[in-house]
Amino acid sequence: MKQDTRHIRLLIGLGAVVLLLLGKIFSLQIVDGKYKEDADRNATIYETIYPTRGVIYDRNGVILVGNKVAYDIVVHPREVKAFDTLALATTLGVTPEFIRGRLQEYRRRRSSIGSQGVTMLRTVPAETYMRFDEVKYRFPGFRGQVRSIRDYPVNAGGNLLGYVSEVNQRYIEMHPDDYRSGDYAGMTGIEAAREAELRGVKGYHIYQRNSRNQIEQPYKGGAEDKEAVPGHDIVTTIDAALQQYGQELMQNKVGSLVAIEPSTGEILALVSSPGIDVSQLADIGKYWNEISQNPYKPMYNRAVQASYPPGSVFKLVNGLIGLQEGVLRPEMMYPCSRGYHFGSGHKLGCHVHKSPLNMEESIMMSCNAYYCYVLKNILDQRKFDDVAEGLDHWREMVMSFGFGRKLESDFPAELSGSIPSSKLYNRSYGKGRWNSTTVISLSIGQGEILATPMHLANLCATIANRGHYYIPHIVKASEGVEIEERFTRPQYTLVDTLHFPKLIKGMWRAVNSGAGMGGTAWVAHVDSLDICGKTGTAQNPRGADNSVFICFAPMDNPKIAIAAYVENGGFGATYAAPMASLMVEKYLKGSISRPALEKRMLEANLMDRVKHD
Amino acid sequence: MTRERPHTRQSIDWWLVGTYLLLIFIGWLNIYAATHNAEVGGMFSFATRAGKQLVWIGTALVLALIILFAIPAQFWEAMGIPLYAFVLMLLVLVIFVSSDVKGSHSWFDLGPIRFQPAEISKISTSLLLALFMSQQSFRMSRFRDFALAALIIGLPMLVIVAESETGSALVYTGFIFVLYREGLSGWWLGLIGLAIALFVGTLTLGAFYSTLILVGMLTVGTAMAQPKRFRPRMLKGLGFVAVMAFVPMQLRWLGGLATDHMDWMSRRAWVPQAGESEDYFWSFLPSVTPVQVLLIAAFLLLPMLFWYAWKHKDRFLGWSLLAFVASVMVVLSTDYVFQNVLQDHQRRRIEVLLGMKEDLAGAGYNVNQSKIAIGSGGLLGKGYLEGTQTSFGFVPEQATDFIFCTVGEEWGFVGCLVVILLYTFLIVRLILDAERCRGKFTRIYGYCVASCVFMHLFINVGMTIGLMPVIGIPLPLLSYGGSSLWAFTILIFIFLALYRDEKKYF
Repeated sequence: MKQDTRHIRLLIGLGAVVLLLLGKIFSLQIVDGKYKEDADRNATIYETIYPTRGVIYDRNGVILVGNKVAYDIVVHPREVKAFDTLALATTLGVTPEFIRGRLQEYRRRRSSIGSQGVTMLRTVPAETYMRFDEVKYRFPGFRGQVRSIRDYPVNAGGNLLGYVSEVNQRYIEMHPDDYRSGDYAGMTGIEAAREAELRGVKGYHIYQRNSRNQIEQPYKGGAEDKEAVPGHDIVTTIDAALQQYGQELMQNKVGSLVAIEPSTGEILALVSSPGIDVSQLADIGKYWNEISQNPYKPMYNRAVQASYPPGSVFKLVNGLIGLQEGVLRPEMMYPCSRGYHFGSGHKLGCHVHKSPLNMEESIMMSCNAYYCYVLKNILDQRKFDDVAEGLDHWREMVMSFGFGRKLESDFPAELSGSIPSSKLYNRSYGKGRWNSTTVISLSIGQGEILATPMHLANLCATIANRGHYYIPHIVKASEGVEIEERFTRPQYTLVDTLHFPKLIKGMWRAVNSGAGMGGTAWVAHVDSLDICGKTGTAQNPRGADNSVFICFAPMDNPKIAIAAYVENGGFGATYAAPMASLMVEKYLKGSISRPALEKRMLEANLMDRVKHD
Repeated sequence: MTRERPHTRQSIDWWLVGTYLLLIFIGWLNIYAATHNAEVGGMFSFATRAGKQLVWIGTALVLALIILFAIPAQFWEAMGIPLYAFVLMLLVLVIFVSSDVKGSHSWFDLGPIRFQPAEISKISTSLLLALFMSQQSFRMSRFRDFALAALIIGLPMLVIVAESETGSALVYTGFIFVLYREGLSGWWLGLIGLAIALFVGTLTLGAFYSTLILVGMLTVGTAMAQPKRFRPRMLKGLGFVAVMAFVPMQLRWLGGLATDHMDWMSRRAWVPQAGESEDYFWSFLPSVTPVQVLLIAAFLLLPMLFWYAWKHKDRFLGWSLLAFVASVMVVLSTDYVFQNVLQDHQRRRIEVLLGMKEDLAGAGYNVNQSKIAIGSGGLLGKGYLEGTQTSFGFVPEQATDFIFCTVGEEWGFVGCLVVILLYTFLIVRLILDAERCRGKFTRIYGYCVASCVFMHLFINVGMTIGLMPVIGIPLPLLSYGGSSLWAFTILIFIFLALYRDEKKYF
């Protein structure tokens, strides 16, 4: 190998390497189209277009939940230059320390923020926003952002309507296809029940960035853009005026009011008190601590979630079952000596009223002893092998009224309450070691029975319908919104229609017999409305008894069935009956003829009586 | 001045100077393009990198003028030993006094200015190497001389590795070309090539393909090394294997064509139809890949070559075959040892040593973004300052190590071609100039310069287009940064100064 040919070899080698580099570059730039697409993707910005959320109407077309514009102040920390902190603070109505603090925080988080914007102030007032808009050129990096938030023209109660908030990580994981970080979704109430219809479909605009990172033009002339589809409006079954009136009546009391239209099962009003104030709903994050630390648990929707003993209103169910089983006939008389005596010296007490009395009167005067006889006769029928079988038969009939299970309403978070079965007593007393007197308190709706106010309203609607009910629901079918078939199908109880009139007569007499006649609910009487009702006074282990009342009106072709449950309210006639009666009057007449009663109800404050854990 | 020394202007290689200036100018334009979004200020504002680069360019040109006109050429020969010693001392010193810059300890922090002695070390090593090898007594074939030359190259290389600047150290392997030019056996070059192929191959392609490269190299190598009688037969066999390797692929290709253009009868003759592949003996053929054929050929060839070596008492062939088998085992076991035998922290240390640490911190991302940037340039590029990839910060180190991406994105293939051809011209011109020199010192020094430029070009550009692992070294004269620009300016202009004073062959 000659020395002087070596540089030729090296040059050839150099040429080969250069060709290798150029060849690879050629294949990257000319042959392979993949990188151009990748670059396009890198250089495009997706701007999400949020759809406007559907409006929620009441049954008469009144807007319960609408949308309004909110102004946020957003900061792009990367674009912030030196600025007059004091001037900005004055404009926005915050302290300079606040702005400095936030900017310091953004600086600390700068790697995760990147070139994105972060919201510094949420929901500033419109005047503040306008003031800022005039001078924002002095504060590079600070921008205003307009977004749509919920607006509540009617105080229909936060628990009914529900709130909308930004989805958290867990929510996204549960709905991976529909939600991204930063999206909003209905979390409770109607907002959650009808989230799928209300939310609409997100759209996006794709923009091309130029080399200066400015948005230059729509990508492909906007051909691949997708417009947002607004959410469907929801028409609810709620009557805004009634709902609002219910809210007012229930203020400063704990409990709930549930009103149902018996002929359809449509929920007219659903009040849970204390509830979340609608003024807090739109920006619930701000009030979250206040709400969650409130000892009265305003988040807890008592109308569908609180399980209470139903008390005397449950006598109606036992009476109906007795009639159906043939162990009770309306004309049967039972004595009551201030209670029902059983076993050796046991007594289930009752109040003073005439004795003996028939079924109609027993409803009217709410006699405890009468229903002890009725339940004992139901359970101890010959056809049953033992009391366990009798109880389970009784339970089956009770559950046909919707008790002890979820009603399958379209309202979220409904609870089932409970009706005891023989298993429960077998477990606690041992098989064969209990009898009908052991469970005698079931006759008057005490003991192991638990039901929600919704259950009681449904019972009332069932009686109003003389034997069937429609599953209570809160959404009406409207354009683009369908309701399930089950809401329009009558649900029959195991009690025949013919057994209802006598019982209803008793309920009518309880209200309409006039003071001094022994009717427990004469306070609920309204002229010409033919209200039929049944009081209840349910024991509350924590303090005063709960005041319970169910009623419907008018007696023929009932338009409204209502359940009122006031914790620690005392007798059924003390609070629940007047309030339910006022609700009925409000709904059927539109005005109140008893201002003194109304004033007393509105002003009553039972909050101090309520003991909480 | 020019009148007093009329020969001076005549003998400066203005072509080299012109290429140098052009590259610097291209570099400055692209530094501005890569940074104009992230930084505020114009092209000439000293707050920006483009503005700062202008300062570096100005000072570099002053340095160039000083070297050309103020320092006698003989000075550099005299400076060989002291400069080398001084720089070596700096290299060691910097390990202890430098601050940690991305894990490497190679920067001197002098207030506003930071500089990297590793860059200057290329100059001092080149000078000392040229000085040592230009001695009359130097014989490459003498082991002591060779070892000393290797030591001159290896000493700074080792210290730089200790500074965690593996990339810069890799450049020094380029000095092997200088040694080759001065009489080192071509087999050494082959050995180094093999080592690099193994290193790069195992890192980027995996053990399987690097073995394949070895097979190919061995086959060609042994074919070329054979006695004349045997060589044509080897080459023929090789050609046959190569053709055979691609036959199944062609079958598949024809099959694809047939689907489009021929009726089913003629298709049937070439390719098994779906469903009947089970009972059709040759049905496996279209799915055979060229790699499999080459591998089978290699395994058949190996025993034959061993037998041939034994029969003809060809010790060289025998040894090289053994070396081949050994290196295949090294390649295969490297991966195994690396993944399974070593503990986590040991692996991490080795990754740091090999410069694979950045790879873990997302070099895959970097290379992909860099390829997207270059690939999206197309033939003519997106236009100056219109690049979106490089200037949005998708590409890392966009003004320094990845400056070639900006060229690729904004100037397209044409721009890449121009830049690479300019470098090629620079290197070729350096080699040809060096060859024309009568003095050994200038010639060897010229080769050193050419090797350095070449290594930087190959590693840097290869990295941005995914041919090389991510090794952070700058593209000479184009990348932002004073140390690198000064070093290459001094490197090139010392050669120009030496060359001017040479008596030349024509």
